[in-house]
Amino acid sequence: MNIENITKKLSESHGWQAKYREIMLFGKQLPELPEALKVGSALVSGCDSKVWLYVDLDESAQQLVLIADSDTRIVKGLLAIIIAAYAGKTPEQASQFSAYTLFESLGLISHLSPSRGNGIRAIVDQIQMQANRLA
Amino acid sequence: MTDIHSLRDDFPILDKSLNGQPLCYLDSAATAQKPNKVIDVIKTFYQAENSNVHRGLHTLSKNATNRYEAARETIAKFLNVSAKEIVWTSGATESLNFLAHGLSQALNENSKIAISPFEHHANIVPWQEACKRTGAQLLVLPMLENGVLDEAGAISLLQTHKPDILSIGHVSNALGNIHPIESLIKACKTLGTKTVIDGAQSFMHLRPDLVALDCDFYVFSAHKALGPTGVGGLYGRYNLLNTLPVYKTGGEMIQEVTFAHSTYRDAPGKFEPGTPNISGVIGLAAAVDYLNNISPSALQRYERALYQSLLQQLNQIKGVTVYGDTQNNVGIVSFNYKNEHHYDLATLLNTYGVAVRSGHHCAQPLMNMLNVNGTVRASLAFYNNEADVEHFINALKATIELLD
Repeated sequence: MNIENITKKLSESHGWQAKYREIMLFGKQLPELPEALKVGSALVSGCDSKVWLYVDLDESAQQLVLIADSDTRIVKGLLAIIIAAYAGKTPEQASQFSAYTLFESLGLISHLSPSRGNGIRAIVDQIQMQANRLA
Repeated sequence: MTDIHSLRDDFPILDKSLNGQPLCYLDSAATAQKPNKVIDVIKTFYQAENSNVHRGLHTLSKNATNRYEAARETIAKFLNVSAKEIVWTSGATESLNFLAHGLSQALNENSKIAISPFEHHANIVPWQEACKRTGAQLLVLPMLENGVLDEAGAISLLQTHKPDILSIGHVSNALGNIHPIESLIKACKTLGTKTVIDGAQSFMHLRPDLVALDCDFYVFSAHKALGPTGVGGLYGRYNLLNTLPVYKTGGEMIQEVTFAHSTYRDAPGKFEPGTPNISGVIGLAAAVDYLNNISPSALQRYERALYQSLLQQLNQIKGVTVYGDTQNNVGIVSFNYKNEHHYDLATLLNTYGVAVRSGHHCAQPLMNMLNVNGTVRASLAFYNNEADVEHFINALKATIELLD
């Protein structure tokens, strides 16, 4: 699943219910994290739902590798979008990348609000921090 | 007395549409909506009456002071207590912190504090901290398997341990259960246990008579009872209240200050340093005036009928689990659907204009005991109607279709 595909699908769905249906379908395509990796140290704090996130570097390709899962369908779908957006980027490219602009263009900006119930911003911040560390 | 059905028109926000959907507000347990009368009183105060209280000799200040102290009379009358027994705070959370601070001064490592398993974090953490400071032990009353307080077990636990303090919510914010506090308070009387009632969720729905209840302390928040945010208070039986140590210090609460020593006024003055939330207090009084125009029995009858209708329609949806006491309830349904996450349900309900709360409702220990990580909570007030219930049920059915 690539970001062009995601953008196309979301732009073709009208109304919030249709958008959320697509988002949940994106989530279904994301492989489920093995139970052994669903550990407290991988949890992103600041999320109302549980989000496990691993960010690593493929040394040979110098590309970020992201693995993530959530116990909610909608957040898992949003994770699929975030992972597609960062996939194949070098840590430097990821540091420059604005997930905010992406979510704005997808019409999903409300999900990046810093409100208590929403941890998407926390996830993006975490990825940026790890990308900076790996850069 | 007013017809309950027509009261909805007094709440301007209920006419709003969001994202092209009419608002279906079912989150009154988080905060109640405000009637025009409350909004107007606050607006007029700042436009024409704003002044500090207890300080000036000028007319505005005298008028503001009169309104501010009249508000104390209004709340006291509503709760059937004396005005000097009402202390203003920023809300129920601050009231509980104040009481945990004050009442724990007399505790030591032999002391015990009892709470219920249904408590909001605001009625757990201040007592935990009090236990840390004093070495006292925190006891938790037992719960039945169906999410209802075990009344007999609770009384027997109180009799066995004879705790110094019982602090319990009148109504569970997460489930809506009305707890049998009358019998618990009665048992505490014979044991010398001081009773603190968290009235945040009962103040508006049940309008408790504190003389009949006979509790020692009762805390409340204005915003859960049609009033503004950031203000609330507590009732304290005067002889107990006046012996509590000061909590916050500053101007206005003193009798005399020298660099060596200060003496304080009597309660409630000694607990209210600094400039208070004047417009908030006046707004709360307007909210109580508004409630005073509604017959309490008619209000409760209306809310109960609406709750029964909501509950019955919800129970007809296969896969829905409702938690808590569905017999004695102020009008809250706390539920899950199959294994779906409450976050997904609430997010999708929002796309239909339905405002509900999802999560642990600041009651994580209760959620653990119910073996869930959270629920969806729809909470009613008298300004809701059958159309809201229908809107919610239709939105829930559509949401389920989207998920199944």
